[in-house]
Formats: sequence, C-alpha cells, structure tokens
Amino acid sequence: MKQQLESIQKKALETLETITDIRELEDFRVAYLGKKGELTRILKGMGALSPEERPLIGQLANEVRNALEEGIATTRGRLLRVAREEKIRQETLDVTMPGRAKKLGRKHPITIVLDEIKDIFLGMGYEIAEGPEVELDYFNFEALNMPKNHPARDTQDTFYITEDVLLRTHTSPVQARYMKDHKPPIRIICPGRVYRSDAVDATHSPIFHQVEGLVVDKGVTMGDLIGTLQVFAKGVFGEDTRIRLRPHHFNFTEPSAEVDVSCWGCGGTGCRICKGEGWVEILGAGMVHPNVLREGGIDPDVYSGFAFGLGIDRIAMGKFGIDDMRLLFENDIRFLRQF
Amino acid sequence: MKAPLNWLKDFVDINVGIKEYVNAMTMSGSKVEGVEDLGEGIEKVVVGRILEMEAHPNADRLKVCKVDVGSEVLQIVTGAPNVKTGDLIPLALVGAKLPGGQIKASKLRGVESYGMMCSIEELNLSRDYLPDAPEDGVYVFSEELEPGTDIKEALHLDQVVEFEITSNRPDCLSVYGLARETAATLGVPLKKPDIRVKEEAGGDASDRVSIEIENPELCPRYSARIVTDVKIEPSPYWMQHRLAAAGMRPINNIVDITNYVMLELGQPMHAFDFSCLTDSKIVVRTAREGETLKTLDGQERKLDTSMLVIADSQRPVGIAGVMGGENSEVTDQTRMLLLESANFNGASIRVTSKKLGIRSEASGRFEKGLDPENTIKALDRCAELIELLGAGKVVRGIVDCNMTRKSQDTIKLDPDRINALLGTEITAEKMMDIFRALEFEVDPNTMIMKIPSFRSDIESVADLSEEVARFYDYNNIKPSLLSGKESMRGRKSYKQRMEDVIRNTMCACGMNEAFTFSFTSPGVFDKINLPADHPLRDTVVISNPLGEDYSIMRTTTIPDMLRILSINYSRKIETARLFELSSVYHPVDGEELPEEKSVLTLGMYGEGCDFFELKGVVEELMTAMGIAGYEFKPEREEPSFHPGRTASLMVMKSDGTQLKAGILGEIHPEVAEKTECPERTCAALFEVAVLIDASSLSRKFKALPRFPAVPRDIAVVVRDEVYVADLMKAIVKAAGEILEDVSLFDVYKGSQVPEGMKSTAFALSFRSADRTLKDEEVNTAMEKILKSLEYQFDARLR
Ligand SMILES: [Zn+2]
Repeated sequence: MKQQLESIQKKALETLETITDIRELEDFRVAYLGKKGELTRILKGMGALSPEERPLIGQLANEVRNALEEGIATTRGRLLRVAREEKIRQETLDVTMPGRAKKLGRKHPITIVLDEIKDIFLGMGYEIAEGPEVELDYFNFEALNMPKNHPARDTQDTFYITEDVLLRTHTSPVQARYMKDHKPPIRIICPGRVYRSDAVDATHSPIFHQVEGLVVDKGVTMGDLIGTLQVFAKGVFGEDTRIRLRPHHFNFTEPSAEVDVSCWGCGGTGCRICKGEGWVEILGAGMVHPNVLREGGIDPDVYSGFAFGLGIDRIAMGKFGIDDMRLLFENDIRFLRQF
Repeated sequence: MKAPLNWLKDFVDINVGIKEYVNAMTMSGSKVEGVEDLGEGIEKVVVGRILEMEAHPNADRLKVCKVDVGSEVLQIVTGAPNVKTGDLIPLALVGAKLPGGQIKASKLRGVESYGMMCSIEELNLSRDYLPDAPEDGVYVFSEELEPGTDIKEALHLDQVVEFEITSNRPDCLSVYGLARETAATLGVPLKKPDIRVKEEAGGDASDRVSIEIENPELCPRYSARIVTDVKIEPSPYWMQHRLAAAGMRPINNIVDITNYVMLELGQPMHAFDFSCLTDSKIVVRTAREGETLKTLDGQERKLDTSMLVIADSQRPVGIAGVMGGENSEVTDQTRMLLLESANFNGASIRVTSKKLGIRSEASGRFEKGLDPENTIKALDRCAELIELLGAGKVVRGIVDCNMTRKSQDTIKLDPDRINALLGTEITAEKMMDIFRALEFEVDPNTMIMKIPSFRSDIESVADLSEEVARFYDYNNIKPSLLSGKESMRGRKSYKQRMEDVIRNTMCACGMNEAFTFSFTSPGVFDKINLPADHPLRDTVVISNPLGEDYSIMRTTTIPDMLRILSINYSRKIETARLFELSSVYHPVDGEELPEEKSVLTLGMYGEGCDFFELKGVVEELMTAMGIAGYEFKPEREEPSFHPGRTASLMVMKSDGTQLKAGILGEIHPEVAEKTECPERTCAALFEVAVLIDASSLSRKFKALPRFPAVPRDIAVVVRDEVYVADLMKAIVKAAGEILEDVSLFDVYKGSQVPEGMKSTAFALSFRSADRTLKDEEVNTAMEKILKSLEYQFDARLR
C-alpha cells in the first residue's frame, strides 16, 4: 500500500506538469482527491491494515494528499498566470490611437494675456477698477488735461455719440473717475475695451483692449514707475526681458515715456518682429500730470503718482505670434482652440 | 518732420555717425522714425557736359557723344532721345555704382562707350525730388554746374532724418528747433542764425500798407513786409532740393522762400500779390455771414462767422493760417508782394481747418500754438532770402501789429522737488546746464529761469522734471518698487471673481471664448425677427461711424453670436461651441450715458448640440455659481427663438422673488435661415448682474450617508402638455423628507401609449440620515406620490 501511495504521488505530480487549463486541473483534482478519487479509494482500503501499519500509512496518505493539494495550488497559480498573460496579450491596445477627447473650451487669447497681467498686479497689491465704455468727453479728455480742440485729441480718432458723449479712446477715464471717488493711497489697474476710428486691417481694429495702471501716494517716484514696469515686463515676456524708456508726450502724464521691451523674437539682436531694432514698443507711461491729480481732487503738492497704459491685443499677438489682428475678432473655432 | 542732415548742420555741428545721432535724439525725446539716404547706392556718377554729338554709324537710334567730365573727355554712346550738344547730364563713369548695378566700358554696335548717361530712374530718385525730370530719357540739369561735380553734391542728395514731433513741441516742427534739440543732446553749441536784410527798395513799409486786427484774441500778432520789383522764376537747385527732401514741392522762388522759412524756423508765411489788396489794406477779422473764398486749391469755400480770415478793405483774401485765396495768389505777373508772418489762436485754426476739411503744413503748425516772438525773425529771414535770390527788393521796415502781452514767463528751478519726483540725485549744476542748452535764461543765485517764448509747454515743476529726465536719460533712473509705502492688498471684487467662475465653467463645459465688436448694423434686428416696435431697437447711435455696419452700439449679442456661428459653419467646421462675456448698451431716458449691461452669450451647433446639451451647460453654470432655486420655464414670446424649444431661466433674488435671468433655446428656423446658421442652432443669453445677484460662493458640508438608500422606479402616462418639471415637483412634494433624489430616466411615446400621451419614467432614491428605512415606509411614500400624480395630472401608472 505504501508503494501504491508513492506511485500515485509520482504519477499525479507528473500529470500535473502537463495540465494546461483550469478545467483539466479540476478533473485532475476530482480524479485523485474527489469522493471517488484514487487516493480516497485507497484510503478506504485502510481498514484492512494492521493497527501498527495504520498510523504509518495514514501519515503517508496525508503527506501524499498535502503534496497533491500543494501541486494543484501551484499548478492553479501557474495556469492563472498563463491565462492572465494570454488575456493581457489579447487585450493589448494600440496606444498610439487617439484619445477619446473631453473637449475643454478655451479662453480667448486676449483673456489669457489679461489674466496674466491681472495676476502680476494683484500680487503687487493692485485692485481692478472698471468703468463705462460709452463715456463723457469730460472723463475721456478734459479731466485728463485735454480740453476741447486740443491738438492731442487728433491722435485718438474718436467715435462720438453726441458732442459730450463718446466711445472711450483709452481706459484712462476709469482713473479719472476712480480718483474722484477714492483718496490715496491708490493702486489700481483698469482693463477694458476701447475704441478708435481706425479701419479694420491686419494691424488695426476700431475696437481693442487696454490695461491702464494708476498709483498715487506720497513720494511716488519715476524710479517706482520704472521698477514696476520691469516687474510687469519680466512677468509677461520672461525673466530675461529688459525695458527701455523713451521720452514722449501724453497730456495726462509729465514726464511721459514710451516704453519698449527687448524683442521676444530675437532677444535684442534684431529680427522681423522688431524690424531690426531689437526693441518693441508696448506701452506708454509717465508721472501723473499735476492738473490730472488736481482734477481728481488730489493735491499735487502732497501726492505724486504714476500711470501706464498698454494694448492687450498687440501683446497677445506678439506673445502668440498672431500676424493678423482680424483673427482676434473673427472667432474661427480653429483659431480659438489653439490657445 | 523731415529734416535733411545738411540743413541741420547749418545750425549745429553733428560730430557723430548717423546711427549714433539717431539713437541719441530718440533717447532725448525727438523720436526718429527713419533715415532716408537719397544718394544711397550711387557712386562715381558726375556731371558731364555733352560737347559733341554724332549719329552712330551702325544704329539709327543711337548717338555717339563726346562728354566733358572735368578731368577728361569721354566717348559715350547713348540712346536717349532728349539730349543735345551743350546739355549737362548725370554721367555714370566706368566703375560707377548704381542701384541697378555696376557700369563697365562696353561696345555698343561696334562703338566703344566709357560710361552711361542716367535717367532719374537709374539713379533711383523720385519725380517728387526732381519734378523737372523728363518722362522718358536722361535727366538734364537746368542749372549751370561744373563738369566733374559729384552728382550727390550737384543734386544735394542728402540724408533725411524723419522725426516724430509730439503735439506739445511745435517749436520742433522746424529745422532750427531740431538743431536746438540736437545741440542740447550732443552737448555742442547751437549756431544762431545771423540774419541781415539790406532793404534796398525806396520808402517805408508802413506808408504802403495799413494793418488792422479786429479779433486780437484770435490773432495776437500780424507782421508784414513789402517787396517790390518781384521777379518770379524757379528757385535755385539747393533750395528746391532742400524743400523736396523735406517733403514739399518746389513751385517758384517766392512760394519756395516762404515754405523754406516755414521749414527752417517753424513760422508759416504767406505771400499776397500786393496789387490785389484793395485799398492796400489788411484786415484780420472773422468772416461775415455768407462770405465765400476760392482757395489756392481751386475750391470755393463757404465761410462762417467763427472763421478767421485775412481780408482787404472789401473781401477775404485768405483763410487765416489755413490757406490763401486765389484772388490774391502770387503769379508770374506779380510785381509787388505783401509777406505775412502772423500768429493765430491754435484752437481757432484747428476748428476752421476741421470744418473746411483742409489740413495744410501751415494749419498743422498753427493749431499747436506757435511762438508770437518768431514772426519778425521769420520775416527777416524771408527778406534775406529774397535779396539773396534776387527775387525782389525789400521795402524798409516791418509793419507789426502786436497785441501779445509782453511779459516773459519765469519759473523757479527746484532741484529737490525734481529729484523727489524722479527718484534721482542730479545736481543743481547739471540741471542748470540742461536748461541753458535749451535756451532758458538761468539765474544761478535765485534759480529763477526765464522760459523761452517758444516753450509754451513749460508750466510746472513736472515739465521741468521731464526736461531734466530726458537729457539725464530716463534709463539712468534707478528702478525702485514703491519701497517704504504702505503695503496694500490686491484682490478681485466679488463680481470679478464670479466672472472668472463663469469663464472657467464655460471652458470646462467645452465652450470656446469669443470676442466680437460692440457696435453693429441697425439691419441686424430684422435678421433676428425683432418687431418694428421692439425696445431693443432703441440704440445708442454713433455720429461718425466707420460705416452703416458699425453704426449703433448693440443692445443684444444674439446677432453677433449667430454671425460667428455662421462664419464657422460656412467654413465647413462641423461643430462649434462658443460663449462671450461682453456688454450691451441701452439708452436711458434723461441720462447722458447709456446703461451698460454685462451679458453672457452662448451658442452652439453640430454633433451633440441640442437644447438639452445647452441646458446642461447652463445647469453646470448654476452649480458653479452657487445659484440655488433656479427654474426653467417654457418661453414662447422670444421672436428670435423657436417657440416650442425655448426656456426662460428664472433665478431667486436675494429677497426671495423670482427674476428672469435670461433665455436659452433653439434659434427660430426662420432666423437660422436668415443668418445662414444650420438648423437646430442653439443659443442663450443671460444678464450677468442677475446671475451674480443670485449667486453665492459659500458652500456647506453635508455629512455623507451612513444608512443605505432604497431605490424605486415609477412610470406614469400623462398628456403630452404636462411638463416633466411639474411632475417632479409633485413627486418631491408628495414623497416627504425621505426622498433623497428623483431623476427622469425615460420619456416614451408610441405603441402602447395612447395618442397625445407620453410615458415618463423616474428613478427615485429614498434614504434617511438616521436609520435604515423600512419597506413599508417607502411603500407609503410611493403610494402618496402616485395618488398625487393621478390627482394633479390625471396620470396613470404604467
Ligand atoms: Zn527682434
């Protein structure tokens, strides 16, 4: 009987090696360990053994059973592994096929640039002020030191509604309004839509967008203006950006400057974007004119301030390399989805 | 302002290269727009005189010439039809460089030619610069020149610097003014002109003419000289070329001299034919009612009583500061002149020139406000040039009607305040040097400075700061960041934060942000089916629009949304989802300014875009904005929308009342057709202020459920007209507290459902926060629900 058991174990373990699927394994288990299985059958014959032999054979039979169960478990593990590998092999995807897009919408490039600018100035303690687009001549011009029939008005071809009401030509009237309602210290930016009577072409639009900044406090210097503009320029165009101020004339600031940034296309060596100059003009700025402070109810002998203004559309065009301004207002989906 | 470099050099030594000069001027505030080198690409081209001319032995059209080029006589073959013996012509020598290439000795039909006679095209010169050039053929000099003279010298081919002059600096609209800036920039002396007039004609000017100013506030000064024995002829080359280089067309010696003086000194001048001035009288007055004047451009101008004119005793002879009259124009027959050098009120000139639509070199200067002290200098320079050119004899004296206040303005230099404003530490000495270079008279003890009469822009310490800063160089100012100032908190307002929420939610829902113009055409209202008396047709109208299409401020954004959807559709783009956050403008009775309302516009067409897609986006927005208690109501009254597929969005105001926030729906098929949008285009329009008023950013945590939910379904058959929203409301009301959620999962019409009826199926979820629900509780609730639906809607369980 001992021999019988040993040969069963040997044969069974050999058979296990050849099993290749899980149903076969189940059949095997039944064949050996099932109620009518081989091992069971042999153990049923134990009654015929002598009392001395019985524990020995019993122990041996248990060992064989354990060996078979272990063999079955190992084989099951092997088969599952093989089966899983096969499944994996079969369900392998072509991962280069396109994803199932959940198409997010995109913000307009002007919004993207404006958000960046807002972030920079919010971080420096500015608030965001807003005002009407259909504006009084008074706030758009007169409060900004440009009385009626002033030649400087020519540079801002204006849409008029009536003699005293117009479409604002810059966001500066928001500053004028803000100064009337707020006492210094003032730190604001005023983003918004502005209007000039320019025909539509690749570089002009009768409607475009500006951000103006205004700071009024005791002892504000032109150095503060330059430092602030440096932070702005680096924030928008990158850390290596340099700025250059050229004297200019605006009625609402004195001294006034036009401000160039080192070209984002070439870094200053000269290219098509900067027309070989190495610099690109992006904004106008200056120290708030005493007449403007006075008109806003602020004493220019006590307070000083600076202001700056820039066109968002042109910065967006520069930043994204957009070569035709009309694209910004055409709203072709294929354009909008590039940003 | 175009300034030829050699003209500038009459008044200042420019001892640096052109590049350095241009940069220095830009950085001191005289921005250089560009430099034009008229002689660019021309080398070894000289004046040649044709000594002999013979027919070419082998070619009918060619001639063989002997040309004197000073050092030698060359044989030149030419095909030019317009030259003859004795002519002076530009000759490109062997080895010459022309814009078109290099000149070599060559054989033309067997005859050697050692150079080429040039046309202005070959020299790349414009007809504006040399108006006497023939249409076809070689340029022939009309002035006597030495053969061998370099062409650049002969034709004064200069470098021309174009400056951008800002409106506050009319003194720089002159070569002399720019020379002054140059001197201050380069730190070199300004060479003041030494003007000498011989006054060789007999008599005194004051005996010959009387001048009267009726409106001294419009004309503070009128100065004049008389010139006799006038001989009208072309002005000399050097003058013609300087005028042309500066962008003015040479006419004749007198006109050219007045223009030359204007360009040089910035004072516009005018010459009248003296014989045309009735009673030898000049009256500066406003035009009389109904007066007209034919101006020099041949146009009959209607004048009004606001316009200042120069008149004789009878009639206007010129529009002051704008343009002269034909009735007193200088012609070839003119023998005696009155030279006008006057000062006019800038605003008045500006209004007149705008009204008449005339913008001249003169009016462009006058309107910026000129220096009344300049009139005499300009007259003298004019007289000097007339004598120099032999164009006439100048009568002794100037008739000067001067009504200006004589006092010269002064200002105190306060270096501390200037440094405080700039954030610099510039010494008082350095500042005084800057002002002296700008022709301020500085008293170093009192620091009181006399402001030059041509600098009326200088009024305050801020103006002085700019003068100091621009010669110190803005870029030498040390940057700082409001150091030592009170720090401030930067933040967005609630409204601005909600606008961010709107944009972000729209993008998350697949909507792309659009930007459209705020003005539009009045024709759009018909396109979107607005009735003739619709309130949205009451608009803010632009008085000077770019055209009809851009002539009113929009009162609705729907037409623009449909227009951009249609653009995308016409470009074969299959799906478009767009939104815009922008303004509409409504006139308000009794108010000067309209009401500007911020609106959110949505639009979509294409795959998956239908009413419920749009509504889903709106529902997401409601969640994101924290708007609770909103409701969609069927909307049949919007003329642009499909009456059966449109809803109003109702939100709860803070006081609990319901308010319409906007509409959403399918565009009316007729509107879709008219706007060339695809069928089933959907759009929505909301008032942002109403949404924001109903919104909230506060969120409250609700504990997660600890007891299981009991799911149930119910399907009922109701009449078609019954709204699902009403059924759901009834279900919620009838179920009581234990109903956690109800959602629609099916609407069915067809077999087994009678005609005019629909089957609606809802999934319900019951749950209690503090216990596991018993079946009986749920059954009771379900019975109540069914009863309520049967009672209210005649519903039958399916
Ligand atoms: Zn570049």
